[in-house]
Amino acid sequence: MAMLSFEGKYRVRGGTLVGGDLFDFWWGPFYVGFFGVTTVFFSLLGTLLILYGAVLSHTFNIWRINIAPPDIGYGLAFAPIKEGGLWQAITICAVGAFCSWALRQVEISRKLGMGYHVPFAFSVAIFAYVTLEVFRPLLMGAWGYGFPYGILSHLDWVSNTGYQYLHFHYNPAHMLAVTFFFTTTLALSLHGSLVLSAANPKPGESMKTAEHENTFFRDIIGYSIGTLGIHRLGLFLALSAGFWSAVCIIISGPFWTGGWPAWWGWWLNLPIWR
Amino acid sequence: MAQYQNIFTRVQVRGPIYAGTPMEARSAFSRTTTPGFSHLFGRLGDAQVGPIYLGMSGIASLICGFIAFEIIGLNMWASVNWDPVQFVRQLPWLALEPPAPAYGLHIPPLAQGGWWIMAGFFLTASILLWWTRVYLRARALGLGSHTAWAFAAAIWLYLVLGFIRPLLMGSWAEAVPFGIFPHLDWTAAFSLRYGNLFYNPFHMLSIVFLYGSTLLFAMHGATILATSRYGAERELEQIADRGTAFERGGLFWRWTMGFCATAESIHRWAWWFAVLCPLTGGIGILLSGTAVDNWFIWGQHHGLVPVYPPSWGKVLDPSTLPGAPR
Repeated sequence: MAMLSFEGKYRVRGGTLVGGDLFDFWWGPFYVGFFGVTTVFFSLLGTLLILYGAVLSHTFNIWRINIAPPDIGYGLAFAPIKEGGLWQAITICAVGAFCSWALRQVEISRKLGMGYHVPFAFSVAIFAYVTLEVFRPLLMGAWGYGFPYGILSHLDWVSNTGYQYLHFHYNPAHMLAVTFFFTTTLALSLHGSLVLSAANPKPGESMKTAEHENTFFRDIIGYSIGTLGIHRLGLFLALSAGFWSAVCIIISGPFWTGGWPAWWGWWLNLPIWR
Repeated sequence: MAQYQNIFTRVQVRGPIYAGTPMEARSAFSRTTTPGFSHLFGRLGDAQVGPIYLGMSGIASLICGFIAFEIIGLNMWASVNWDPVQFVRQLPWLALEPPAPAYGLHIPPLAQGGWWIMAGFFLTASILLWWTRVYLRARALGLGSHTAWAFAAAIWLYLVLGFIRPLLMGSWAEAVPFGIFPHLDWTAAFSLRYGNLFYNPFHMLSIVFLYGSTLLFAMHGATILATSRYGAERELEQIADRGTAFERGGLFWRWTMGFCATAESIHRWAWWFAVLCPLTGGIGILLSGTAVDNWFIWGQHHGLVPVYPPSWGKVLDPSTLPGAPR
């Protein structure tokens, strides 16, 4: 269990950012490291706080649990634990755990002689989370603008926040983000399909090559981005989806307080056709 | 830290143009013979542009797609009295709407939704012909038909929205209009009409697979680029004979989260996540109005609604209010 056949020769010391050799070991398949310890600390504490929140809200139904941020009246102050302080503590734990996880990925990348693409990509997701739970509440002046922790309750928050701006689909950054989400999924299906179709050819044929992949896409649409390019494109599309998601919510409230359909007035009122 | 991370191609090596793997001898159509190079494309991916294969189904698909595009565009232009300036100005708001509910599944006059039916017919024909092209090209090159079946999942969602669900509801008016803002309006109205689509479990699944696909492509793309100095982009070679690139990429995830895919299985994860997004989404749309009238009330029955402080009264079923259509 603990080791794959080729794993032994890669388990070497070094590459740590903090702590030298002290935490440079594995636990089963997991690498530990200093940031593994902090990840466990923050995620365990955060999970326990969520369980405590479930006790407070009198339900252990996973769909119904709701841990809400403080009332707007508390502004940017700390709130009592049962009135949103729990949400504040959980948010601190979440940010701590996510950042620990990203830094642990950096250490593992260094150990394996890899680039830093994965921790960079993950940090875009962290950026989107922090935008929702920290940056936007800071700009709006109250922690109460963060989304609550709960499966259906965070969906209710998305609905309510969207309708506060009348129709969120008209938010131009939201349009971009959704387009990037759809395009990433399209590109992923095309990439997954192409590799599988070359590795698993039609019955009776031998396995195909990257030349067949290129030929297939050039035949179909006249262009094949190539085996390296598709991974650059996929990473770009996926990170753009996360980035524009963060933009679309940070501009709602701090920079645009009306309905999003009305934002498009500038287009209708351009001097060329007013 | 200032290392080369292989985000762009810095030095482009130009070989001769690659014409593609051999064509089958008895093909009536051939590839165009004018491929070229684009320096800009070469920065991100392959610099070669073309050749393209012109087949019977491809040409038919393009013609049908062009007809649909023209019907939609000319109807929009007509809706602003053929004023070219207003056409551009109001384009995002313009629509080609489906027939009114009174027509049910009958074919109305052209100006009352008949054009919408015709545009839908040609767009559907175009898409199905393009599916045929994707399937036939894969077979002609000896590849598996994975791309065609992934495409079919998207076509399923498209047909549910514009054909199957309107058929079950007994009215073309249920379908989506053509137009940029109008189709967004339709989406918002649909969620409101069926009592908050976020409570629809198949909508939940579809979103999970949409975000999951984005997460997977970020993870996969980043892993391949991070190990590209070991040749990780040569995935087919790594499937047949695993090398140090995929050993490192795999170990990265094993050490990070205790589990990893292989060069082949990561693409199966990718295929299923991407395919399940429209597949589950189509189911969610199909059940709305046919099997379930209000997803929020459905959620109340099934214990989904969160526990909130008691500052609101009990939520009423809008269909029980006086004046509600029954």
